[in-house]
Amino acid sequence: MRNAGRSKARPQPAGMSDIRGTHGLCSQKENESYQDSCKERFFCEEESGAPVARAVLVDMEPKVISQTLSMAARSGHWKYSSHSHFCQKQGSGNNWANGYSVHGPRHKEAIMNLVQKEAEKCDRLGGFFTIMSMAGGTGSGLGAFVTQCLRDAFPTSFVLNHVIWPYPTGEVIVQNYNSVLTLSHLYHSSDALLVHENDVIHKICAQLMNIKQISFRDVNQVIAHQLGSVFQPAHTAGGGSGYSRNPLGDLLEPLVPHPEFRMLGLRNIPQMPESSLAYSTFSWPGLLKHLRQILIANAHMEEGIDWQVRPPHPGSSIPSTNKPLHFNTSIANLVILRGKDVHSADLGSFQDPSLYTSWLNPQDAFNAWKTPRAFNKYEKSASLVSNSQFLLKPLDSIVGKAWNMFASKAYLHQYTKFGIQEEDFLDCFTTLEQVISSYTNL
Amino acid sequence: MTQSVVVQVGQCGNQVGCRFWDLALREHAAANKKGIYDEALSSFFRNIDTRSGDNGPDIYKGKIRSLKARALLIDMEEGVVNEILQGPLRDVFDSKQLITDVSGSGNNWAVGHKIYGCQYQENIVEKLRKTAEHCDCLQCFFIIHSMGGGTGSGLGTFVLNLLEEEFPEVYRFVTSVYPSGEDDVITSPYNSVLAMKELTEHADCVLPIENESLLEIVNKIHQMINSGKLGSTVKQNSLVTSSAGCAKTLSEKPFDAMNNIVANLLLNLTSSARFEGSLNMDLNEISMNLVPFPRLHYLVSSLTPLYTLADVNVPSRRLDQMFSDAFSRDHQLIQADPKHSLYLACALLVRGNVQVSDLRRNIERLKPSLHFVSWNQEGWKTGLCSVPPVGHSHSLLALANNTCVKPTFIELKDRFMKLYKKKAHLHHYLQIDGMEQNCFSEAISSLSDLIEEYNELDATKGGPRVDPSRLKIAV
Repeated sequence: MRNAGRSKARPQPAGMSDIRGTHGLCSQKENESYQDSCKERFFCEEESGAPVARAVLVDMEPKVISQTLSMAARSGHWKYSSHSHFCQKQGSGNNWANGYSVHGPRHKEAIMNLVQKEAEKCDRLGGFFTIMSMAGGTGSGLGAFVTQCLRDAFPTSFVLNHVIWPYPTGEVIVQNYNSVLTLSHLYHSSDALLVHENDVIHKICAQLMNIKQISFRDVNQVIAHQLGSVFQPAHTAGGGSGYSRNPLGDLLEPLVPHPEFRMLGLRNIPQMPESSLAYSTFSWPGLLKHLRQILIANAHMEEGIDWQVRPPHPGSSIPSTNKPLHFNTSIANLVILRGKDVHSADLGSFQDPSLYTSWLNPQDAFNAWKTPRAFNKYEKSASLVSNSQFLLKPLDSIVGKAWNMFASKAYLHQYTKFGIQEEDFLDCFTTLEQVISSYTNL
Repeated sequence: MTQSVVVQVGQCGNQVGCRFWDLALREHAAANKKGIYDEALSSFFRNIDTRSGDNGPDIYKGKIRSLKARALLIDMEEGVVNEILQGPLRDVFDSKQLITDVSGSGNNWAVGHKIYGCQYQENIVEKLRKTAEHCDCLQCFFIIHSMGGGTGSGLGTFVLNLLEEEFPEVYRFVTSVYPSGEDDVITSPYNSVLAMKELTEHADCVLPIENESLLEIVNKIHQMINSGKLGSTVKQNSLVTSSAGCAKTLSEKPFDAMNNIVANLLLNLTSSARFEGSLNMDLNEISMNLVPFPRLHYLVSSLTPLYTLADVNVPSRRLDQMFSDAFSRDHQLIQADPKHSLYLACALLVRGNVQVSDLRRNIERLKPSLHFVSWNQEGWKTGLCSVPPVGHSHSLLALANNTCVKPTFIELKDRFMKLYKKKAHLHHYLQIDGMEQNCFSEAISSLSDLIEEYNELDATKGGPRVDPSRLKIAV
């Protein structure tokens, strides 16, 4: 895994608490197999015993990385290698051009050396998971640059980018420029973009987790849980023949059948404060009913779902302009179930052809992973990774605001002084308008 | 971590600078109980072992031995700097950081800029280089000066030019004290306008300050204390006007209270770069986010709270009040009302125990009453630093790039024109080598252009919002 910029390493904390937690309501043997698989996938054993994360941490200023390293070491259960980070002294100033055109080339060798070392420690390199935000300068600009380097250096490996979308108001003023530049560049070098939006996660913290004064730590905790629900060991081949040894491939191949469509959204239910877990019971039919409606109505969580939204009548080929508004059309979906009685769960409703575009077979468009070992203290947990119109509106909104600013030429001098010209901006806008158009016309 | 160097020029610059160093030491002492020289301290201080004399090597780790300010003190009169060197801060500066002369600049920008500039150029460059060499990663120069006199204004802006030439990649943040209408220096409009041109062309960010606003804040605090109602429960060291270790405001010199406000401004501005937090805001980010067009880099600042009450209950309401106050007229450090003018961008630097949800809630609450330019409707830049200022549980510095600076500039232009039309006192300037009539015409022209840019932006305020049409893609 690679973490660029200020986005902290999220999956490992959830992963570690998951495997140290209760036995996942399965047999001891099963549990040990799960733990081993998790450790092998994300960690390296070192002589000292403590698992060392397979991670490279990159930032252009030192404060966050040093916090991240010490927090991990304090957990006592795992740590980062002391030689796997790259730091400079002065950040990128929220300037994408600084991250991409200045820091990128300047530090390429050092960063790729770290990646190479880490890759060599793997028996079987499944691919790269790059965690970054797109609002700032380093995660976004340097992240985009490094993604390209990864693609060049490892042409046959999977590269999945985990991108954090900022709150629509007030994190960074030039966040829409940085976002447009990042997304368009990633589209050309990454296999897929798995997106988390800060304001969505914030709402989950407020409405489901009942947190009063929400901090970034809380937000990151929810994100880690959601990522864990996808990337912790799972049975991906039918019949439970051991945990998947190619998680990125198993994820990306069915979900990204066409290069024009690479935006993946993630939903996970149920989500609740730990204190409520003991008092709640869930059934698979109930969870799946909610999850399906979350998909169809483009809801963000199990509260506030619009139950009025219905798919168009099956069988009839309706031109996209006549499809009911608010209905979320999918290209491909993956449902990941973990927990008790998982094999009894009926996923037929997700194979309804009316959920999907016409140019893919619903059998190919929908996949499911069922894993009996429960995840992170939830007796039953269901995740949905969706290549659908989930991100269409937010994307359109970001591009619209960036265009508005671009038309008045505001802040452009800050980018041109580092080599990103107006034409470069126009290319990026074109790329994204194309993506928007493609997703709109599903 | 990066370092910053403070260049304080002239009487006002040095008096404010002195307050800054005093409060900085107090702030770091409160945050750094173990006496270890850490990254936070190194942003503004060097650590040397004076047993090997003043030329001892810098000590980068371990215990604090002797802290030296990363500063340059420049004044063409000796009085102020001498006082600093005899006061409690004498060990924080060494003689190699001073550049002084005896006769002053006679409140004449041309004397400061052309005569002393030329005379001391080499000396200044050499000393700047020395201070830069002591820095591992120099990010920013802070210039502190006043606009109305001769040294701060003239020599100060000369130094600004030098910084751009010699250290083009290092940011230049300038804190400028603007003269008030009743300023007793008759030629202050000339000095200010001549200096403005330099600021517009060579600074990355300017924080204008007006004495009237500082005075109003000082008076407001005095009223609070003396009103008897809340007076006894105000924590003395939490006053934005109080000096380190000085509980009584009476024993301070008259300008100290006002200068302390400016010192606090600089402390808050740099807090996120010095201490950790959940959403760091570095100095290069301030410039990136708040300056949409290169010349429009004048930022109106406001500090809250002005004091802390000793009874620390009712946290949430007081927190929200802090955000509201930041936008009120009487908390601004210049005579301006940002609420009724147009925002190009706004930054909120929060310190202390405040979470992102508090920040978001207050932005949502205040947004509807503020006017933002059409292409930057969500023009907010935010920072969260966990370490609060001394005496507070939390604080807020708001920086606004707002057209409300325009009246200050227009008044300045008017005062300038009153003198210029009659050619009053012009000969004092023109007789200086290097000064010509067109220095004046260029300066006033630069100011007029700047005002015009703000006018054009103001014209868009309240008008119908027409978003430019998006690129069309062939389907």
